[in-house]
Amino acid sequence: MTRIDENEVKKALDKKAAYGEDIDLNRYTEGDYEVEQIENITDTPEDLRKKMINVGVEADDEGKDGTILFIDNAMSHCSNKAQEGLIMMPVQKALETYSWVKDYFWSAMDPAKDKYTAKTYEEKADGYFVYVKPGYHLRMPVQTCMMLSKDKSIQNLHNIIIVDDNASCDMVTGCTTVHHANDSLHVGVSEMFIGNNSSLSFTMVHSWGHQTAVRPRTNVIMGKNSNYVNNYVVLDPVGSIQSFPNAYLNGEGARCSFNTMCIAHENSNIDTGGCAVLNAPNTGAEIVSRNISYGGKMIARGKLVGNAPGAKAHLECKSIILKDGGITHAIPELEASCADVEMTHEAAVGKIAQEQIDYLMTRGLSQDEAVSMIVRGFLVGGIRGLPTNLQSEIDAAIEKANEGD
Amino acid sequence: MSLLEIEDLHVEAGGREILKGVSMKLEEGETCVLFGPNGSGKSTLLATIMGYGMTTVTSGKIFFKGKNITHMTVDQRAKLGIGMMMQRPPNVVGVTLGNLVAATAKNGKGTVGKEKEFKMQDFMDRDVNVGFSGGEIKRSELLQLAAQSPDFVMLDEPESGVDLENIGLIGRKVHELIYGSEEGEERTKEVSAFVITHTGQIMDYIGADKAFVLIHGKIAKEGDPQEILEDIKNNGYGVEDE
Repeated sequence: MTRIDENEVKKALDKKAAYGEDIDLNRYTEGDYEVEQIENITDTPEDLRKKMINVGVEADDEGKDGTILFIDNAMSHCSNKAQEGLIMMPVQKALETYSWVKDYFWSAMDPAKDKYTAKTYEEKADGYFVYVKPGYHLRMPVQTCMMLSKDKSIQNLHNIIIVDDNASCDMVTGCTTVHHANDSLHVGVSEMFIGNNSSLSFTMVHSWGHQTAVRPRTNVIMGKNSNYVNNYVVLDPVGSIQSFPNAYLNGEGARCSFNTMCIAHENSNIDTGGCAVLNAPNTGAEIVSRNISYGGKMIARGKLVGNAPGAKAHLECKSIILKDGGITHAIPELEASCADVEMTHEAAVGKIAQEQIDYLMTRGLSQDEAVSMIVRGFLVGGIRGLPTNLQSEIDAAIEKANEGD
Repeated sequence: MSLLEIEDLHVEAGGREILKGVSMKLEEGETCVLFGPNGSGKSTLLATIMGYGMTTVTSGKIFFKGKNITHMTVDQRAKLGIGMMMQRPPNVVGVTLGNLVAATAKNGKGTVGKEKEFKMQDFMDRDVNVGFSGGEIKRSELLQLAAQSPDFVMLDEPESGVDLENIGLIGRKVHELIYGSEEGEERTKEVSAFVITHTGQIMDYIGADKAFVLIHGKIAKEGDPQEILEDIKNNGYGVEDE
């Protein structure tokens, strides 16, 4: 384990995060550590199943190499159909089982970063451990679902994902509240490691309660010629989300892309984006965000740091405002410490062009149909490689938002 | 009752009065061409008949099939049977041509599955108009109109920006849109059309019953299309470009 200054971490328990509104951790009770065990995923109770589908996770392991379900602070289900190349278990169990796991634990994330990481460290939070063995390519995705079930409680998780050399993995994660949880807090530290010539595609879909606060902390360490794709999707109303994952492209030729798609409903406060640190020669990054405000607060961040020759990166933040009352703020940042880098950005904030609406209405679509079609296209159009099953969720969210007018 | 009747129409666009009292009639089954120098208000007239947001009617009335459509929404006009081929339609990122054609057919009375006829089969999954060439835009517009099958179609410079190879296909498809069949075959319908043209080239394919000349936001002349075209070719419009 990386040497950690325990005193620093203790001091950090009060440390406000760099971005987002501050949250008083004392407002919440601890989440449960003892949860119902679901042996067979198809036995998942109907109410949970419905929430899972909303966030792209199926209560069925058909077409999946692995399925993990977390309820509050403990694993409720774990099934693995690719045991020859895939290890999945709770992270605390992995620490006990494999001596080498401690070398990864807290090596990508400083526990003293802010109060949320410090809390996770102090609580010795559990989470999922996903390890793909060298040379193994998962044929089907791994799906994980993180459920928060208790109102006024904290869900506190620490996940580790390792895709070893010459391997690949697709993960789909759904995050949601169930039962009566609403005014609760989700804190999730994720440390991801992608080996040489390996790839990880990580898609996360959120559907929280109207008052839920969400504070994920994600760092990704990338090897030579590795590839990381991060899709981050928030379509439903939420209290507050602040997320700013960092990818460190430490191996030559590594590539990453962050795609963010958010709808900020009235009373939602969303602060998302990503940062790519291009530390090795000939690395590349793309950060794309497509956001819509229906009267909520939407901050779209993006940061590119070019530290090595041949680094090439582009950042694109586009937001549409469909209803007054909120704030939309695009914050693109470019930073370079090396002459031979090429980094660009574009940002746009505004309404839908009347000309586009008129055009579709000329073909007989009503104003609402035209706006929905343009909004859907705007959200999906700039982002490649999104799971196709998200389309219906996007349609439903746009419809819901339009009804709220 | 005329199919389209416009009474003393005054229209502002971009804070300026563009149409300064346009009155005209277009009969059922009639194809009319609209000539006029650049900036005379031709595209604004078509945009006003369609009801686009960039235009504001300050006075006057537009009747279509006897209904006062002056303040109807764009889609209400489309559903009444008005169709439009824009000269430069906007890019709509994330909306594929296939989706737009399907949505058009759902609201209209035309058919889908005609993309091969329009040489658009490779464009159905592409975002509409994004990166399309001049000819591709016109073929895409005509494919959408085929899905809508309007009773009255407005074409804003159908031949502009189109190469010689495309002009034949576009001319034949416009003919089919209006008469329901290819040139030389028996006509199955007589859709009315209102066509802006600078060169008169499109008239080789569809013919024309009447021509209007719009100058300074008013109809300056009305008459036989060939005679008027000849006159413009020989003598110009007799005005400076605005």
